Amino acid sequence: MTVLLVALGAAIGAPLRFLAAHHFDGRAPWGTLAVNVLGSTALGLLSALSLSGSAMALWGTGLCGGFTTYSAFAVQAVGLGRVVGTAYAVATLTMCVLGAGLGFALGS
Amino acid sequence: MSKPRPTPAMVAGVAVGGALGACLRWSLDATTGAGTGPAGDFPWTTLAINVLGAFALAALPAVVPTPTAAQRASVLAVALGPGLLGGFTTMSAAAEQTRALVSAGSALGAGLYVLGTVLAAVAAVRLAGRFEPAPAGDELG
Repeated sequence: MTVLLVALGAAIGAPLRFLAAHHFDGRAPWGTLAVNVLGSTALGLLSALSLSGSAMALWGTGLCGGFTTYSAFAVQAVGLGRVVGTAYAVATLTMCVLGAGLGFALGS
Repeated sequence: MSKPRPTPAMVAGVAVGGALGACLRWSLDATTGAGTGPAGDFPWTTLAINVLGAFALAALPAVVPTPTAAQRASVLAVALGPGLLGGFTTMSAAAEQTRALVSAGSALGAGLYVLGTVLAAVAAVRLAGRFEPAPAGDELG
């Protein structure tokens, strides 16, 4: 049952990320950056809400997990070269962790 | 940078791939007992998932030929890349786990987790790049 909720959440989250990346990733991957920061903030918020296992599976593990991506982030960071790639990686990781903190604080 | 306009079949392919990838991530979390230990446990499972997924995404062009004309090929490529591997890997869990490590008083663990994941993922992407087929231009001459 739980696994179906994870699948459902990701079946919504992954296409949303795909469309955001298609429309907003250009010379810099702004779409993927925004998706990752937004999804990290949302997961921080959800984590503070002490949801049931089922709700967390759907919205957290499924939706937020499927929406955000580490694989595309890493491939983009390498593809952007040493200087821009490092800036992109630092910006993404900093904003995602700060986002999770902000979300958690908002939900607490 | 001209990307093919996403067709409904591509969006559906990403949804199916993403669902499969997320279920795979969930089952790995469940079998390794990730998230069940005390808060502030080092998130080895998510680290491994993200590094493995980054490697696989970088290796994908060598496995699935870049679509030239066949629509079927591009549906498969997006179902596997942004779908399966995008759904398998997760930035949100990595960020939330980092926050939890800091909040559990393990700032060092948080720093090691963030740096360890990104450095390993970048190394994995570079490693996978060695398997990429030579660009067409090289073949010509």
